[in-house]
Amino acid sequence: MIFFPVLAAIFVPILFRKLKSIHTGWFVLIIPITLFIYYTGFIQTTMNGGHAISSLEWIPSLDISFVSYIDGLSLLFSLLITGIGALVVLYSIFYLDKTREKLNNFYVYLLMFMTAMLGIVQSDNIITLYLFWELTSISSFLLIGYWYTRDGSRFGALKSMLITVFGGLMMLGGFVLLGIMGDTYSIRELIANASNLVGQEFFILALVLVLLGAFTKSAQFPFYIWLPDAMEAPTPVSAYLHSATMVKAGLYLVARFTPVFAVSEVWIWLVTGIGLLTLFWGAFFAVKQTDLKAILAFSTVSQLGLIMSLLGASAISYHVDAGTALFKFAGFAAVFHLINHAVFKGSLFMVAGIVDHETGTRDIRKLGGLMGVMPISFTVAFIGSMSMAGLPPFGGFLSKELFLTSTLALKDFNLFNFSTWGIIFPIVAWIASVFTFIYSFYFVFKTFAGKRKKESLSVEPKEAPVGMLIAPVILAVLVVVIFFIPNVVGDTLVNPAVVAMQAGLYSHPSEVLVHVSAWHGWTPELLMTLGIIGLGSILFLTMRKWQPLYNLQPELLSLNGLYDSLMMAGEKGMNRLSRLYMTGVFRTYLIYMFVSIVVITLATLFIKDAFKVDFNSFAPLNAYGILTAVLLILSVVMILTAKTRITAVIALGGVGYSVAFFFVIYKAPDLALTQLVIETITVVLFLLAFHRLPELKRHGESKGFRLGNFIVAAGVGITMALVALSAHSQKLIPSISQFYKDTVYSEAGGGNIVNVILVDYRGFDTLFEIAVLSIAGIGVYSMIRLKLPGKGSTDESK
Amino acid sequence: MKVNDVVLQTAAKVVFFIILLFSIFIFFAGHYTPGGGFVGGLLATGAIALLLLAYDLRTVQQLLPFNFMIVVAIGLLLSIGMASGSIIFNVPFFTHAFDDFYLPLFGATSLHTAMIFDAGVYLVVIGAAMTIIQAIGGDS
Repeated sequence: MIFFPVLAAIFVPILFRKLKSIHTGWFVLIIPITLFIYYTGFIQTTMNGGHAISSLEWIPSLDISFVSYIDGLSLLFSLLITGIGALVVLYSIFYLDKTREKLNNFYVYLLMFMTAMLGIVQSDNIITLYLFWELTSISSFLLIGYWYTRDGSRFGALKSMLITVFGGLMMLGGFVLLGIMGDTYSIRELIANASNLVGQEFFILALVLVLLGAFTKSAQFPFYIWLPDAMEAPTPVSAYLHSATMVKAGLYLVARFTPVFAVSEVWIWLVTGIGLLTLFWGAFFAVKQTDLKAILAFSTVSQLGLIMSLLGASAISYHVDAGTALFKFAGFAAVFHLINHAVFKGSLFMVAGIVDHETGTRDIRKLGGLMGVMPISFTVAFIGSMSMAGLPPFGGFLSKELFLTSTLALKDFNLFNFSTWGIIFPIVAWIASVFTFIYSFYFVFKTFAGKRKKESLSVEPKEAPVGMLIAPVILAVLVVVIFFIPNVVGDTLVNPAVVAMQAGLYSHPSEVLVHVSAWHGWTPELLMTLGIIGLGSILFLTMRKWQPLYNLQPELLSLNGLYDSLMMAGEKGMNRLSRLYMTGVFRTYLIYMFVSIVVITLATLFIKDAFKVDFNSFAPLNAYGILTAVLLILSVVMILTAKTRITAVIALGGVGYSVAFFFVIYKAPDLALTQLVIETITVVLFLLAFHRLPELKRHGESKGFRLGNFIVAAGVGITMALVALSAHSQKLIPSISQFYKDTVYSEAGGGNIVNVILVDYRGFDTLFEIAVLSIAGIGVYSMIRLKLPGKGSTDESK
Repeated sequence: MKVNDVVLQTAAKVVFFIILLFSIFIFFAGHYTPGGGFVGGLLATGAIALLLLAYDLRTVQQLLPFNFMIVVAIGLLLSIGMASGSIIFNVPFFTHAFDDFYLPLFGATSLHTAMIFDAGVYLVVIGAAMTIIQAIGGDS
């Protein structure tokens, strides 16, 4: 079933081209609805503590296959993905124009994304999980850059791509380490063997890498910076990807791997700490924003941080006795708030889209007083915002109470230094909640209340069409419904998810004894909520006075500035670096090569202690040899000190003939013959080339002396001499030549060993050497004869 | 500065054939004494180069009306054909065969398929070297 959307996506472009009159979205809408109904069927199974597995073999030899494993947690996510997916598709039908937009692209990307998300939450195999993970990055990249003619879209798409793919790759590293340590790629088996993993060498590294993946995807501090820029996407995309589904993939990952990593102190501190930091940071900066969607983006970041910190707290339940149920409570709170957030944030994004669509701007400074003209949108926005702020009678209130209870419990936890530092958690959580309250009010009242600013709007605002309102209204109704029947939601969805998340602690969903109620007495958390409302209201009413404080923060010191300067520095640095060594001068590259040869060879000689000279293995010197060597050396010196080219050419001939003498002395008549003839022809060719040097470039003066060249040349010479000496002194295996001597007549019917080797024993080499010769001939011919017309005048070969 | 080089031209006429004969000798002798297709081919090229020095390019082209690139091709074909011919007899690529034969003019002679391969080498060397020399010499 995972692949259903992406397979259906094949037909989208066809439908888009053939049926112009009907909005393509209507066809697409069928898919998430079907899937939603299909997944609803599993609720009964998971409520009874069961699960459903189906698998599809992919690479059996590497133990990689698509295993779809549906338990409480994956079912919850699947329902969110398909349910909100259906609503988003419905919304997009009215949001995107069927004639102006490239709907075929849009829905294909969207369906691709849906498959990827379902794949993430249902995969039991970590390799396929990674596969789907990257598919969400890619499809989200495509969706953010949907309006690819805008600079902002491309910038946002690139930024989110870079950050999430960075995290994805880190995560892959963590997965591979996990796979090696646990000897399996199956998440269920990893969870079952979790106790074996602890204390292994790479356990902490794997933990941090997996967390990096989760933090980048879920926009945690400091990786949240891509999310506000991703708001350039069409609003249905923002509502779907950047509030309800993709950004929760990281949360899913953390929840899924809690049973594996929860035993570690690092995990608890990192997840809880980063979560709280993100919660505070996002809430704090959301108030600074002036763009509707940017406010929502920062609020998403903040809420994700809240859920993340709850997930971290829930991992503590592995360390405390069964009697202290408080930390299991945190797991329940996390999942419950996850549902709440998906519901209200989806509706809020849709409202922001409606406002944008109907007024032509998302700038909150230009908006105001829309309550009268857009009553339904206002109601939805109000419900969503109040739920976000955590006020009764909306779903958000319940999850906020649960959250405060959990943070209060954290400060009493006395393992891992929590008894010392734990007090920070409820304080930070409380301050963050105050800011959450402020931006929720800021969002809804600055947009809808106050006076109409007619002059700042280009169009006359009016209520959105009914179709566009259906989806947000459904979500808003859900927000209220959840408040009144939290325990129904808890029993059907949350408890099975908590059981999956805290595997090994429960055996049946009904053991999760969390009872949510709107009124639970005069508890500290209720007092905290009252405090939030009080302080929040005061700060909201005096907002105009203290909001300029935000301008004190210089743009460069923000994380975005850091990202920008990092990218700039990277680009510039790489440019400078490559310009530094890619000089384009042939001499430089030669020096690189020679120096590396010298360094590598000498280092090997030194490290392996391979240098050895055995004087006994040398043949005795004779007078002819010495004489020829002197001749050779004289010729070489002459080449190097030659004042004119012609001297050098002739001296080179001298070198060649001395080498031929050497061949004579060392009894190689074939070589001597060939060397003589070849040397003659080479010298003739050199003279031909010398004769043809162009007039202007002719410079008869001697080459300058360069110390660097001298050192490199001397280094290469000495290195090669050392290698030759030691290679000669230690022969590891006997030579093969005795075989040739013995068989040259009996096997090959010849007397000249050299020639018989050339044409018979190893004729293959000769075959390709003559091929090389032919290519050289044809090459010279074509270089000289075939000149392209028009280029001939500047051709160097002329 | 056109000079009359009768001496050179006359000497070249004689020497050309001596060099050519020597080159053929070296080629055939290759299997038992120093020599072979490569040196033989180079010597033959030297002989033709002598003609080029004594006369001019056009005269030599009229004398030896070959397209030397085709000579290269024929040489390569001979060598590869010999090498792959062994496949027909169900022996590995590049297996040579030799035997003694009684030929009417030469008497008892040892013939070796390696010679065909060497002939290919000979032709390729002449062809390639001449192509290069003619190409460079013909370019003005």
